[in-house]
Amino acid sequence: MQDFPDISIPLGDGADFIVNFLDDNLGPFFDFIFWLTSSTISTFDDFLNFLPWWLILIVIFVIGLYFQNWKSGLLFSTFIFLVGSFGFWEELMITVAIVITAVVICIFIGIPIGIIMALYKPFSVFMRPILDAMQTMPSFIYLIPVIFFFALGNVPAVFATIIYAVPPVIRLTELAIRNVDQEVVESAESFGSSRKQILFKVQLPQAIPTIMAGINQTTMMALAMVVIASMVGAGGLGEQVLIAINRLDIALGFEAGISIVFLAIIIDRVTSGIGDKFQRNKGDH
Amino acid sequence: MSVKMKINNVSKIFGPKPKSAIPLVEQGKSKDDILAETGNTVGVYNANLDIEEGELFVIMGLSGSGKSTLIRCLNLLNKPTTGAIEVDGEDVVKFKGEKLKHYRQKKIAMVFQHFGLFSHRTVLGNVEYGLEIRGVPTEERRKVARENLESVGLKGWEDKYPDELSGGMQQRVGLARALANDPDILLMDEPFSALDPLIRREMQLELLDLQERLQKTIIFITHDINEAFKIGDRVAVMKDGKVVQTGTPESILEEPANDYISEFIKDIDRSKIIQAENVMIKPNAVVSLKDGLNVAVREMEANGLSSVFVTDRSRKLQGIVTIDDAIQGIKEKRSLEDVMVKQVESVTKEAYLEEIIPKAVETKYPIAVVNDEERLEGIILRVHVLSSLISEDG
Repeated sequence: MQDFPDISIPLGDGADFIVNFLDDNLGPFFDFIFWLTSSTISTFDDFLNFLPWWLILIVIFVIGLYFQNWKSGLLFSTFIFLVGSFGFWEELMITVAIVITAVVICIFIGIPIGIIMALYKPFSVFMRPILDAMQTMPSFIYLIPVIFFFALGNVPAVFATIIYAVPPVIRLTELAIRNVDQEVVESAESFGSSRKQILFKVQLPQAIPTIMAGINQTTMMALAMVVIASMVGAGGLGEQVLIAINRLDIALGFEAGISIVFLAIIIDRVTSGIGDKFQRNKGDH
Repeated sequence: MSVKMKINNVSKIFGPKPKSAIPLVEQGKSKDDILAETGNTVGVYNANLDIEEGELFVIMGLSGSGKSTLIRCLNLLNKPTTGAIEVDGEDVVKFKGEKLKHYRQKKIAMVFQHFGLFSHRTVLGNVEYGLEIRGVPTEERRKVARENLESVGLKGWEDKYPDELSGGMQQRVGLARALANDPDILLMDEPFSALDPLIRREMQLELLDLQERLQKTIIFITHDINEAFKIGDRVAVMKDGKVVQTGTPESILEEPANDYISEFIKDIDRSKIIQAENVMIKPNAVVSLKDGLNVAVREMEANGLSSVFVTDRSRKLQGIVTIDDAIQGIKEKRSLEDVMVKQVESVTKEAYLEEIIPKAVETKYPIAVVNDEERLEGIILRVHVLSSLISEDG
C-alpha cells in the first residue's frame, strides 16, 4: 500500500483568511445588516405576539379556506392550536418570524438573479456551479462564517438560511423565464416592445406559476435550515429540539418535532395554493 | 399599384460565421455540404421579391424551404445576413433601437402559426397589447381593441382567457391583435395550419372578406398549395431557401418554371389533393349499440337520414343500419346488433379522394371516416365525393 505524498494545499486557510479579512474590514457594513435584520425579525415577532392567540387561529383558518378549502382551514388551525397546547406558542412565533424574514430576503435576491441568469447566458454558466455548491455543501458549514459576521442569535440563523434556501427560487426563476414559449416572446417583440416591456409584461407574468413553485421550495428549505440554525443560537422550535437532544428528552423532542412538521405542512400547502391560484387565473401554458 | 416592400438579395444564414457561407452558396453547393464544411445553415438565399401595396402575397414552400425564416426577416425578428428590405423606400435592415421599435409598432404586424397569444392576459388584454406598449391611453386603446374584436366576430369574448377559446377563435384574437395596430403590412406565418380543415376553410374565406374591406398589404406563408392558390393574388414558391418562381396562380399553372413546380402543379389534380377530412361532415347522428333500434329510428327521422352509423361506447365503429332494416327489425323484435350491416367501407382522415372514389362506387352506404383506433370521426356521403371535385377549381 502506498501512502499519499505529504503535500498540503491550504485551501481551508484561504477561506479562513477571507472570512477574517471581511470581518475586520467591513465591520460597519455587517453591523448595519445585523441591525436591519434583527429589527425586522423582532418587529415581525412582536407583531405576531401582539395579536391575540384566537385571532391568529382565525387568520390561519381563513388562509386555509381561501387557498384550499374549509377542511384545510380547520386542519391548519387545529395544528397551530396543538402547537400552542404543547407550550410552544412563543417559539412558534419566533420560528415563523425568522422563516418569513429569510424567505422575503431570498425572494428579493433570488428573483433578480434568476432573471439575469435567464437573459445572459454567461452569467448563468458562471452561477450554476456556485448554486450547485450552495446546495450540496453540508448546511452546518454555513453556520461558521455567519457567526464571525453576526455573533450568535437569530441574525446569523437568517443568513445561513438564506444561503441554504435561495438556490431553488433562483433556479426556477431562470427556468421559468427561459421556458416561456418562444413564439409568445417573438410576438411581443414583433409589436415593437422594448426588452423591459417584454420582461415585465410578458416573460415574468408567464413565469409566475413556476416561480411560485420555487418560492415554495425555498420556504420549505428555509424551515428545515431554521431548525439546524438553532445551533448558532436561533430561538424558536429548533431550540427546543436542540434542548431535547441534549437532555435525551423524548417527550419534548417529539412535541417540538411534530410542531415543526405541522408548520411545514401549513407552509407547503399555502405556498403551493398560491401557485395554483395563479395557474388557474392566468391559464397554464 | 406601387411597390410597398422591395426585398433585394436577402440572405439569412444561421451559424457561427454566417458570411463565410455566402461564397459557397454562390458556387451552388447544397445546404448539406455547406453545413458540413462551415457549420452554417442556409435559411434563405438571395431572395428578391417586390410586394405591391394592397396585395395578398403568398409565399409557399414545404417545411425547411426557408419561408418562415424569410417572413421573420421582414420585421427583423431575424436580421438578414446580407441584402436590403425597402419599405416605402427606406431600408429597414439598417433600423436599430427607436427606429426599429417605431417600424414594428406602426408599420408591420404579425400573426403566428401557434397564435403566440399571452395566456396571462384576457382576450381584450391581448388585442390592446400593441397599443399599450405604444403608450396609447387606456380608454382609447380599449375602444380600438373592442372594435377589432367585433370585426373578427369575437364580440362578447373580451373578458375570457385565450385557453378558454377554440383554436379558430384564438387565431381570430391573433388577427385582431395584429389589426388593432393598424399596420400597413400584415405578416401571416402559416396562420391557419394549426386549425382543423373545416375551420381553416372558413378562416380563409373570412380573410378574403376582411382584405376586401381593409386593403392591407398581406404577406401570407403556407405549405399548402391549395391554400396558396385559393387566396393569393400572387404566389412565390420557395425551395431550399431559394425563391424558384413568382407569379399569379394562373401564370404558375400555365408556365411552371421548373420540374419542381410542375411536380407541384401536377398535384393540383383535385382527387389527389382533397383528403377525406376536407369533404367529411361531422357525425352528428350516431347510434350507440346499447341504444337499440327505436333510438336508431328516431335519430334517423330527426335528422332526415335513411341510414345511421352504429358505434360502441368508446365511439368505435361497429356497423351501419338503414331505416328499412331498423323498422323491419322492430317488427321482428330483433336487436340492433342483429340487424345492422357490419361490412362498412371506412377510410382514414388522410385518405385522398382517389382512394375514396372506387369505394363510393361500390357501396350503397355512406363512407365512414375513422382514426387509428377505429373511432368514427366523420361521414362522407357519396354525393360529397362528386361535388368536391366540381365545385371549387384551383
